[in-house]
Amino acid sequence: MVNTKVTLSGLELDNPIIPASGTFGFGYEMAEFYDINVLGSFSFKGTTAEPRFGNPTPRIAETPCGMLNAVGLQNPGVDKVIAEELPKMEKVFHKKVIANVGGFSVKEYAETCEKLDAVDSVGLLEVNISCPNVHGGGISFGTDAKAAYEVTKAVKAVTKKPVYMKLSPNVTDITEIARACEAAGADGISLINTLMGMRIDLRRKAPIIKNKTGGLSGPAIFPIAVRMVYQVYEAVKIPLIGMGGVQSAEDVIELMLAGATGVEVGAANLVSPTVCRDIINDLPTVMEKYNITNLADIIGGAH
Amino acid sequence: MTESIFTIISNEKIAKNTYKMVLSGTAEGCAPGKFVNIKIDGLFLRRPISVCDYEDGKLTLVYKAVGKGTEAMAKMGAGTPLNVLAYLGNGYDLTKSGEAPMLIGGGVGVPPLYMCAKKLIAEGKKVTVILGFNTAEEVFYKEEFEALGARVLVATADGSVGVKGFVTNAMEEVEGYSYFYTCGPEPMLKAVYGATSTSGEFSFEERMGCGFGACVGCTCKTKYGNKRICKDGPVLVKEEIIW
Repeated sequence: MVNTKVTLSGLELDNPIIPASGTFGFGYEMAEFYDINVLGSFSFKGTTAEPRFGNPTPRIAETPCGMLNAVGLQNPGVDKVIAEELPKMEKVFHKKVIANVGGFSVKEYAETCEKLDAVDSVGLLEVNISCPNVHGGGISFGTDAKAAYEVTKAVKAVTKKPVYMKLSPNVTDITEIARACEAAGADGISLINTLMGMRIDLRRKAPIIKNKTGGLSGPAIFPIAVRMVYQVYEAVKIPLIGMGGVQSAEDVIELMLAGATGVEVGAANLVSPTVCRDIINDLPTVMEKYNITNLADIIGGAH
Repeated sequence: MTESIFTIISNEKIAKNTYKMVLSGTAEGCAPGKFVNIKIDGLFLRRPISVCDYEDGKLTLVYKAVGKGTEAMAKMGAGTPLNVLAYLGNGYDLTKSGEAPMLIGGGVGVPPLYMCAKKLIAEGKKVTVILGFNTAEEVFYKEEFEALGARVLVATADGSVGVKGFVTNAMEEVEGYSYFYTCGPEPMLKAVYGATSTSGEFSFEERMGCGFGACVGCTCKTKYGNKRICKDGPVLVKEEIIW
């Protein structure tokens, strides 16, 4: 018997598999495909203080081994999420969920987190300071150590739940931002968000995506995720949730060896809606293949 | 809505760049106006293709080879297994048709109307079908619609078949209709919107991430709120559309 349990700042998960925000809605669409209670947890759709339509379409473009998206944090706003989406989610998912929070000012991040702090089914807050697809917010907090520090500090002041700051790979030195978050009291770090990219339509001779740029995700970015998780693991003492192009149980183990405690699966859900269940089913066999009996023992094992 | 393996029975060219693929696979949840999302080796995103017909355990898709995905599909032979998510989207509401519905299709917007016509005719409705193409070599399914018992009018932009002009020119020959169902390129849909006097339903196309509502990559604004083309659509009713 193998043990797949991991713990994120006191939040015990049956396994490290967490569908990433923006690829799993509020869970109930995915519950049409399988019983999502097999998951460790999932990170729900990025939620902001006010309702947002997001960017105009087209928002999606294909890339070699991946995709670009520029959804732009479409969500009904935190009040409606709490009043309408989470009750629907709670009917199909009976574990603690990860609340993903976006924002456009320090105050807004704090207000949204404070509201979600009051929700029982929320086990952890994942604060997205790295969305590449919104203007005047999101990524601007995740590319500046001082701003990342301020958001972290403000959020920590309004919640007792663990706070994980979700970082952008679109920076010169991600360890500097991670250290700033740790210094401000973050309980953990989530990484990586998407990498900014572009595709051009040869017929129209213009960018495919209306927003022009979009965030690159999918297996194309997996080695970047492994590298950045490895670097941040050495830079901070707090636990990491690793993500970026994960598609298989082998990828999960690789990211954990690099230093991840939890592993999020993003774009793969859009192509194979049952991929997270399949990974969870495959984990024991793959663990045995690599002589792993206790998954938590391998965290950071490659260092 | 399930992920399963379909097997290609046949795959043949029926008009310029246009192919008809027949597959064996599940019927569960199949309805006119819904679509399937197909995994293609070597490409990351699935390819959404609307249902043309389903009968006797066989799904028919008619698609145009216009990009990497559909060009790869065009080369697939009988016996090839395909990983398919089926059936997605809301589909047309045939209960609203009235006695004499009009179906208007342009180019690759024609296929989803076939199963629609078939069901409506089986219910005893008097169906008129308007088909729009650029030129004669692109025309497909005219005889198939006629064989169902529909009145068929064709419009071609160059006048090589039927009425010279657009579907809206052919629509002028239709004296009365109770409701309409349409699918085609957006400029055509917009023209149909302006040229119709009754209520009706429009099937839209958009670049999708998932096809089942999770990524909200295909959201559009409507008078009834934000709608995901893949999940809350692809069919929208006339009254809710904002151009």
